[in-house]
Amino acid sequence: MARLNVNPTRMELSKLKKKLASARRGHKLLKDKRDELMRQFMNLIRENRQLRNEVEKAINEANRYMAVAGSVMQREVLETALMLPKQEVELEVNDKNVMSVYIPEFKPKFRTEDTNDIYSYGMAFTSIDLDGAVSALSAVFPMMIRLAEVEKACQLMADEIEKTRRRVNALEHIMIPDYEETIKYITMKLSENERSTTTSLMKVKEMVLKDSHHYH
Amino acid sequence: MYKAAVIGDSASVSGFAALGLSVFRETEPEKVSKLISRLAANDFAVIYITEPAAALVTDTIAKYRSCKLPAIILIPAIEGNTGDGMRALHEAVEKAVGSDILN
Repeated sequence: MARLNVNPTRMELSKLKKKLASARRGHKLLKDKRDELMRQFMNLIRENRQLRNEVEKAINEANRYMAVAGSVMQREVLETALMLPKQEVELEVNDKNVMSVYIPEFKPKFRTEDTNDIYSYGMAFTSIDLDGAVSALSAVFPMMIRLAEVEKACQLMADEIEKTRRRVNALEHIMIPDYEETIKYITMKLSENERSTTTSLMKVKEMVLKDSHHYH
Repeated sequence: MYKAAVIGDSASVSGFAALGLSVFRETEPEKVSKLISRLAANDFAVIYITEPAAALVTDTIAKYRSCKLPAIILIPAIEGNTGDGMRALHEAVEKAVGSDILN
């Protein structure tokens, strides 16, 4: 461990002692923060995985319908059918503070009241598979929004956990041992000085006594 | 108010238009990359992108990973699942925990 480059004085000693105390306190707080973040992260990641599985399954399902629709209908007809959507979705974004990580929450707002009102085409010229695809996607949409929330939260929290972990490690393995070593060094140096002063005093006393009383 | 977008090849993303999401049929790396930057600057809170399209612009996506918005979410394309979306999740775990503890 590296000793800090400071003068061995009482001033520095008391400064360092204060620093060490706050480093210890910071270390404890950050460690708690890391543990709590980790706990929440594990819950989120579990939800994330489950959601992702479900969403992927549902989208694959919808894509299967879409593939069939694409094969029975002309490409242009299919594109035209979906060209002018009836529905429009906007997102309301709120921040949620989880252990000082700000994670977004999305709340979808649809233009039309009826969320089932999603078929932007007449039924006459389109395949039933297209309806299947659209309704499957519409069914999975709330889950997709939740997935976006959870996945973003996981990414942000992973970043924060990494940062916090680094800080905890830096405090635990570098700063605190450095402070301790420097404090020890200064204490030793100071007591060494004291001893040396005592011995020289004793020496002086001896000399003075010798002079005045002619002791041997 | 924020919006949501879907990026990918035409066949994979067309269906989302019916839900009222903004659909962008783009599969060229530079264009997708520029599009993501533009959407991010223009109040898009969520960008769903198909896995093959995302594979072309991993750098751009990584850039937005630690930003609060937009959330860039991988979805399977019409050809099926490549597993990239799940892989990203494992990467997050590895970053946070230090090792991938999700079997």
